[in-house]
Amino acid sequence: MTPIPRGYSGFLLVVKKDCNTCQLIETAIAELQRSGALRVTSQDDPQFPAGVRDVKDDRELEQSYHLNIETVPTLIACQDGVEQERLVGWSREDWRRLTGIPSLGTDLPQFSPGCGSRTVEPGMLDKLAYRFGDTVLQARRIDVAEMEDVHELMYERGWSDGLPLVPPSEDRVMRMLGGTSRAPDEIVGVIPPDQALCTVEKVTINAVMAGCKPEYLPVVLAAVEAACLDEFCMHGLLATTYFSGPIVIVNGPIINEIGLNWSTNALGQGNRANSTIGRALQLVIRNVGGGKPGGVDRAALGQPGKVGFCFPEREHDSYWESLAVERGFAPEQSTVTLFAGDGVHGIADQKSREPKSLTRSLAMTLRTVKHGKLFGDASAMLIVTPEHMRVFREAGWSKARFREELDKCLNFDGSELIRGASHIAEGMPESSAGRRLTKFGPDGLLIVHTGGSAGMWSAVIGGWAATGAKGSTPVTVAIKS
Amino acid sequence: MSTILDPTGELQPARRERLPRLPELAGKTVGLLDISKPRGDVFLDRLEQHLGAGGIAVRRYQKPTFTRIAPADLKFQIARDCDVVIEALAD
Repeated sequence: MTPIPRGYSGFLLVVKKDCNTCQLIETAIAELQRSGALRVTSQDDPQFPAGVRDVKDDRELEQSYHLNIETVPTLIACQDGVEQERLVGWSREDWRRLTGIPSLGTDLPQFSPGCGSRTVEPGMLDKLAYRFGDTVLQARRIDVAEMEDVHELMYERGWSDGLPLVPPSEDRVMRMLGGTSRAPDEIVGVIPPDQALCTVEKVTINAVMAGCKPEYLPVVLAAVEAACLDEFCMHGLLATTYFSGPIVIVNGPIINEIGLNWSTNALGQGNRANSTIGRALQLVIRNVGGGKPGGVDRAALGQPGKVGFCFPEREHDSYWESLAVERGFAPEQSTVTLFAGDGVHGIADQKSREPKSLTRSLAMTLRTVKHGKLFGDASAMLIVTPEHMRVFREAGWSKARFREELDKCLNFDGSELIRGASHIAEGMPESSAGRRLTKFGPDGLLIVHTGGSAGMWSAVIGGWAATGAKGSTPVTVAIKS
Repeated sequence: MSTILDPTGELQPARRERLPRLPELAGKTVGLLDISKPRGDVFLDRLEQHLGAGGIAVRRYQKPTFTRIAPADLKFQIARDCDVVIEALAD
């Protein structure tokens, strides 16, 4: 609608009865109407103000929304249907100047501030934006009867990962959409296994259900976008009988902007951003893509991180370049990296004070990823905590130097690894005998610094059994606003 | 009453009837699709022997990797050249 009538010249005034200032100036409003063109809109009572003709009933707040009213009273001067000037609250001098009535409000105080418009009551703008705004949501509406429990309804429809969901009401979805400048109908990707086209709107609905705040939405959108890249192979990752799921690692300034936890318990529970961003991605795969455990998700065991697994790098005091910088992004660019990984396997080393010893320690556990005798196409993420990082920093070891030394520790004689060696049937093919083999292929080991400042532990997150071109390769994408 | 928004893909494909089953394989072409899981070839080799012994035409196909859905060209090729297809799924 056009908030100002076409061609209208005169004044528009928006008031509500539940406002002391509006009541105070009731006589002045009537006086103004008697002297010329004035149309009054009331937000709460069309009988108010007394003595004024044709008060527009705006209890639905449509006109107030379109006029962007934040305070009542608001007086708007219009010329040929176009706003010229507006006054908020009561200022006798200003009202007299704008209306050209020198005697207006003689009995009234010089000044009285207005009250908040009903449009700015908590949560109201989102509701109004949904009802009267330009944004059109396409998703199917599902009515929930008075006697129905919306939480049970969401479980029954199969939308939940087992935990409670936040009901995706229209106003919550509108508020969440405020977290991005992208249009709701923009396509983010094609979600496996149903190969469903996924819009910003569908991601937003699932982000609401996951418990995200609007400022997390750009991270969720980037994660969904990354999961849809062919090299990440989300379809196979979902369908595998192995443990893995998508793990989201966040880099860049957005970490602190949205309050992701890179400190104590960084991989654990208790932080809303860490806990809900990864969950939102998994809910998109479940609900938009149709990927559910027992359906296309065939994991023999799975792992708790498949509810959602997201954490940031601890960047501010890291001695090494971040994961994203290593992967070609500028430090000031916020990114998500997706890694197809399993649960967290801790490594204790409280004795190593020089880097060679610590490297050998870490390599011992890294060797066992997937299987101690399977080399070459394994992948893993090594999480180095601040206390272990200190050992490398004090020795002046760069990340590249560490990688080089680590590779040396993970290089073995193929004869020890072939099938049947060590009386274990599993292992590398016979053809590996007599050759030197390295545990991880190119892009097979991601290294991230995060966690609390106390504890000489690091951790390994094993990668999916199918890596590289035949399976999943880690992907990094920039986060857009 | 309250209203919530549907978080699903809203695909709801129209119900599709299965194609009629073939009463016999004589004179038909059978596609054997290996999805590249280990030992799928062993299973399909045996099927090929059995079908061949019955004088049934067989064509072999392979997906590049089991972790991804079949390429569109491959699906088109199978649909064009075969009357039925047997897929070796797991290792």
